[in-house]
Parts: sequence; C-alpha cells; structure tokens
Amino acid sequence: MMSVTLRSLGRLAIAAAISLCLGGAHAYAEDANPTTNVTIDNFTFAPAELTVKVGTTVTWTNHDDIPHTVVSAGKFRSKTLDTDNSFSFTFTAAGDYKYFCSLHPHMTGMIKVE
Amino acid sequence: MSDHDHHEDKPGVSRRKVLECMTWAGTGVLWTISGGVPRSLGLVDSALAAEPAGLTFLQISDSHVGFDKPANPNALGTLEEAINRVKAIPVKPSFMIHTGDISHLSKAAEFDDADRIISQAKLDVHYVPGEHDFLDEEVKFYKERYGKGAKGAGWYSFDANGVHFIGLVNVVDLKAGGLGNLGAEQLAWLEDDLKGKSTSTPIVVFAHIPLWTVYPQWGWGTEDGARALDYLKGFGSVTVLNGHIHQVMQKVEGNVTFHTARSTAFPQPAPGTAPSPGPMKVEDSKLRTLLGVASINFKPGDQRLAIIDTPLQG
Repeated sequence: MMSVTLRSLGRLAIAAAISLCLGGAHAYAEDANPTTNVTIDNFTFAPAELTVKVGTTVTWTNHDDIPHTVVSAGKFRSKTLDTDNSFSFTFTAAGDYKYFCSLHPHMTGMIKVE
Repeated sequence: MSDHDHHEDKPGVSRRKVLECMTWAGTGVLWTISGGVPRSLGLVDSALAAEPAGLTFLQISDSHVGFDKPANPNALGTLEEAINRVKAIPVKPSFMIHTGDISHLSKAAEFDDADRIISQAKLDVHYVPGEHDFLDEEVKFYKERYGKGAKGAGWYSFDANGVHFIGLVNVVDLKAGGLGNLGAEQLAWLEDDLKGKSTSTPIVVFAHIPLWTVYPQWGWGTEDGARALDYLKGFGSVTVLNGHIHQVMQKVEGNVTFHTARSTAFPQPAPGTAPSPGPMKVEDSKLRTLLGVASINFKPGDQRLAIIDTPLQG
C-alpha cells in the first residue's frame, strides 16, 4: 500500500515538474473540460474577477434569499436564479466578459478568458 | 404550581405584560373618545379616525407573494393581514396604490394569490411593477394583468380629486453598475404629460425604486430620477411614493416630499447596517412591527400630503 502511494506521489511530482517546464498552458490543455465556480452571496459575485482558459465552463450559484441573474450583454444571459439555482456557461473565445445582475445592477463581475 | 415557577423565574414579565395591556386599553379608550372610533376598528391613529376631509388613499408595497424564506415563511399571510387592516378602516379610502414587487418570482400562481387577497379590500388598485414582477420567461404576466392601457413597460397617469397621479416604471433595462432607470422614452412621456398642467396642481408620483438616491452602494436610487424631478420643479406640491427598500424613509426637499413604504412581506436592513440589502431575519415577535401599509391624506389647500405609516402590529 505504502509503496504504491509513494510511487503515485512520485509520478505526480514528475508530472508536476513537466507541467512547470512546459508552462501553464500545457497543464490546462491536459484537462479537456475545465470547470470553475462563482458564488453569489450577499448580493456579491465571488470572485468578482476570474481568469480562465478558453473552453472553461463557469457555474454561478445563487446562495441569497433573493433571486439574481447573470447577464453579459450580447454574450450570455441566465434565467432568473432563485435560491440555490445555478447557471453555467462555457467560454469558447478569449476576451473580457463583463457581466452583472439585471435585477440588482450594482452587482458586477468579470471573467477574463485567455 | 407551574404558574408559581413562572413567576419565580421571570418576575418582571407578567407585570410588564399587564402594564402593556393597560397602556393599550388606555389608548383605545382615549381614541374612542377623541376620534369617535374604537382603535380596534381603525387602521392607524386619531388622524385617520377623525374623518379626514379631501382625498385619502392607501399605499401597499413589496408583497413578494411566493417568498417563503426564513425572514417570513408566509408572505401571503402577512399580505392578508395588511388587507384585513385596510378592510377595517372606518372611512373608506378612495383607492390604493401598490408600488411593486407584487410577486416574488413572477409566477402566474403568485399573481393569482396576490389578486385573490388584494381584491378583498374592494378598492381600485393602481399598480406599478417592481423588478420581481418581470421575471417570467416572456415578461408578459405583469403587462397582461396590470399594464393594460399603460404606456411602455407600464407607466401612466390619472387624476383624482384635483390631484394628478403619475405611475412610473424604473425597473427595466437596468445598466451594469447603475441604479433604477426610467429611460428616455418614459421621461419624454412625463414631460409631455405635465405640459399645460397648472403649477398649483398637486402631483403624486409613484414608482418602485426610490426616485432619489437613498444608498447607491445597494442600488437604492434611480439613475435618471433627477431628470424626472426637474420636470416637477415648478409644481407647488409634489409627493413621491416608493417601495423597494422595505422600510420607511422620508425626506423633504423644497416642495417635494419623498417617502418609502414598508413591505408587507419582510423587512430589509437600514442602509449600510448589514453586508447586503437582503431580507432581514428578525425575531418572530418583531416581524409585524416592521411590515405595514401607508395611508395618505390630501386636504385641498394643504401644501403637503399627510402620510401615516402603520405597522401590522405595535
């Protein structure tokens, strides 16, 4: 058991070293469908700014007792998200995607896609 | 035995309760004498019980029918309590205005439930929408139910007892980072609507989000509200009635009185006193002291309309 664990740790270390050598892009390319999350708490998107690679799926989840939306003009628009509802969008092109809640427009955020 | 224990544990409670009851009874008796109407029948206080002259109408707001979270698991129930209060007013008001967020999620069933309760007041109701009333997929329920004959997203005006009423919509087409929004089309309509009106005409403007800037950090204000107020500058008496912030706030600026009403569903925190403007959970026993309705009385000749806010309890 122990030796297996150690061996896999070793393999991981080597993989990590290779990734480091080849740069971050290689590490992302290995994961075909990266995903990441944005939470909505207290009328705030967190993190407010997020950098992801092309192909990443971002999922927003509303934890407030009040509905919110996630809207990026001309790019994407969620349905109304009631408490604990989620919305996902896959970013297939690089760029800065500013978005906001169309019900509470002081709530803003940005996804930077590289 | 248990009675005895109770007194031992909390010697002050029952005595305070008795005193509260006495105060209440005393007030009731007093008002019966001064107003001629028992308090239990009255919505508010002697001001209303003493048969007002002129025009009296009511404002209810933010009923959020469908809301069932901890801040108030039964928003329909508290709306019904508010309407029961309205039904018990000794002098029947001329009509009621509802300053938006009738429903919580714009579901047909929520609007149905709201109508079923509000119609029990047997009063004409003039609505303006809140942002929670435009959440259905096709954004059609509000317009179909309340917006017939209105312009744009639901703005309109009407006259009653020499007072000009203007219902505005500031919850659509909101811009990222901004506040409530009236938009160019509505502002042009407003300017036109006021054209030719005598400046002595009392004006009542009602809309969901406050037309003046209450607290921009929470979006409590209207981006182009100042432009609407510009058109109203020359008028001797302007009253602006809003909802959205679920608490009473009042401000007087020149001839303009700004006022926000309580919600019938749940309270929200005072500006900046909480991490967000979300529903405020209070002790069950306190909830009804923070919900309520407003009664507005206009006496011809008076510059300002008298606004009385009444909590559901206390």
